[in-house]
Amino acid sequence: MTPFEQAPVIRIRGLETRFGSHVVHDGLDLDVRRGEVMGVVGGSGTGKSVLLRSIVGLKTPAAGTIEVFGTRLREADDPRRAAIEARWGVMFQDGALFSSLNLRENVEVPLRGVPGLGAEIRRSLADLKIAMVGLPPQAGDLFPSELSGGMRKRAGLARALALDPEIVFLDEPTAGLDPIGAAAFDRLMRELVGALGLTVFLVTHDLDTLHALCDRIAVLAERRVIACGTMQDMLEVDHPWVRDYFDGPRGRAARGRPPLDPERS
Amino acid sequence: MSVEIMSDGARMTISVAGDIGIHDVEELSRRLSALEPAALVTFDLGALDRLDTSAAWVLVTQGDRMSGAGARVSVTGAPDHAASLIETVRRSLPGTHSAETTHVGVVDLIARLGRKVVEALAFVAALLGYLGLFLTRLAQAARHPRAFRLTATVHHCEEVGLRAVPIVALMAFLIGVVLAYQGAAQLRPFGAEIFVVDLIAISVLRELGIVLTAIIIAGRTASAFTAAIGSMKMREEIDAMRILGLDPAMALFVPRILALLITLPILGLVADVAGLLGGALMAWAELGISPAMFRTRLIEGTDVTHVAVGLIKAPVFALIIGLVGCHAGMQVESSVESLGRMTSNAVVTSIFAVIVADALFSVFFAQVGL
Repeated sequence: MTPFEQAPVIRIRGLETRFGSHVVHDGLDLDVRRGEVMGVVGGSGTGKSVLLRSIVGLKTPAAGTIEVFGTRLREADDPRRAAIEARWGVMFQDGALFSSLNLRENVEVPLRGVPGLGAEIRRSLADLKIAMVGLPPQAGDLFPSELSGGMRKRAGLARALALDPEIVFLDEPTAGLDPIGAAAFDRLMRELVGALGLTVFLVTHDLDTLHALCDRIAVLAERRVIACGTMQDMLEVDHPWVRDYFDGPRGRAARGRPPLDPERS
Repeated sequence: MSVEIMSDGARMTISVAGDIGIHDVEELSRRLSALEPAALVTFDLGALDRLDTSAAWVLVTQGDRMSGAGARVSVTGAPDHAASLIETVRRSLPGTHSAETTHVGVVDLIARLGRKVVEALAFVAALLGYLGLFLTRLAQAARHPRAFRLTATVHHCEEVGLRAVPIVALMAFLIGVVLAYQGAAQLRPFGAEIFVVDLIAISVLRELGIVLTAIIIAGRTASAFTAAIGSMKMREEIDAMRILGLDPAMALFVPRILALLITLPILGLVADVAGLLGGALMAWAELGISPAMFRTRLIEGTDVTHVAVGLIKAPVFALIIGLVGCHAGMQVESSVESLGRMTSNAVVTSIFAVIVADALFSVFFAQVGL
């Protein structure tokens, strides 16, 4: 890889976010490199989703800078910001599909913003995206309320991918899915990351997803990123939460190791 | 993006170069679909910088079209990422899928009408079922007073009754003002100003006071019942109550409907008084009918049966509003949309039912001569 490609696509420095007097992040630094899958983990209430929302501009930080593709979004003017927003896609926790539109129309929503794209091609491209995320072709005619949770997540992903974004933000993509569905989602993401060259920012609790998908992992605790690195690096971090998380019974199981002898632990 | 098409009889080479994305798709698709394929078609992607899924889709579908027309299609020089993307798109290409057409014929219209009628009858039957449920639970509460929820009933009396007093009183007061004003304009040319008292008294006491109160309460309370019970249904609280041996009808319906039964007649009375006050004030200001004269004329000219005829309707309206609100709440499913839909349904249905019931009452009272 050339040094240029190594430059981070998301660069966060000194981020501080708060809700009233409650400080969520304080002095948070994080880099996401082009083409990598970054998994963000942390206990409940450590502000994983808030971090995601801050990057995409849904939450205004109290201090600090967030650069995406080398541009500070908060200081960018509208056309520049719109140009950057077209280069990312967000999949919300429950898909956040528009309930008044059927699935195909949901996926078509971002495509409508493309000037000069005819209705017929738009429809076909939406069908293609629906098929790419592994939904059956007739699913396009269904409304969000008629879909199961897993299908809604896939549909949300199809909408996030509609414009072939460079960065995809996923908020708890496998939460609430059964293990088979979750594994299928991991496989799907791996395939799409390979085929589309995506950079993925992934918020998750799912240790299996971390193993299957992530190139690097960032751990949120104490209002900042306390550790960032590969899964191997995580095992060497000397922090009680990180140890409990990655070396607990579930963490070991996800790595394919037997749990520690109960007498030793 | 640049597309070059070279053709020499049996061979055709389509060179696509540069950076092609979704903005070029329409043009690319138009140019390729206009081509009459030769026997041998080669896509040369050697000079391609970037390809996105939409462009890959055009190449794949157009390639398929050409091979379907008998050409031999091949791809050369594709960079790795483009080749893998084309492969992914080809693999996930959805089969042809025809949208089902909806028929709108006479038969369907009649069928739909029939379905609606059956639904309406089923709705009336369900409401009657809820009425039975309410009455049996009420009887149960009379026999086992400990099962009855007094605190909840008092709370709902406050919510439904006390809190509604300002709006109901203001509404009735203004209706009295309007009646006096309109009545004065009509009656003055005949020198029959004094009959404005009868006009106000009879219309407010018999009809407007209680009907408009019921309509306001339907808007205010039926929606609140549906929203409260519906959100409990949505969060599976009703199921949890059943599992824990609590009867939703006893815990949720009885206190609410009973509170309505107690407070709606009182609110009706408040509306009657406020309406007369508003009428008297306007009659005084506009027609010079002093409050004392208004009072004398009111007592002389208006029988107390008018008040009774008005207020006797209140419990029926209360039952309608309460039953519709509770029933609609129980119809909420797990989605947020259904909560919103049922809440607005409850308001529309209960207002409509109140007016239908009032019309039936009018016919009944006319028949019995009250």
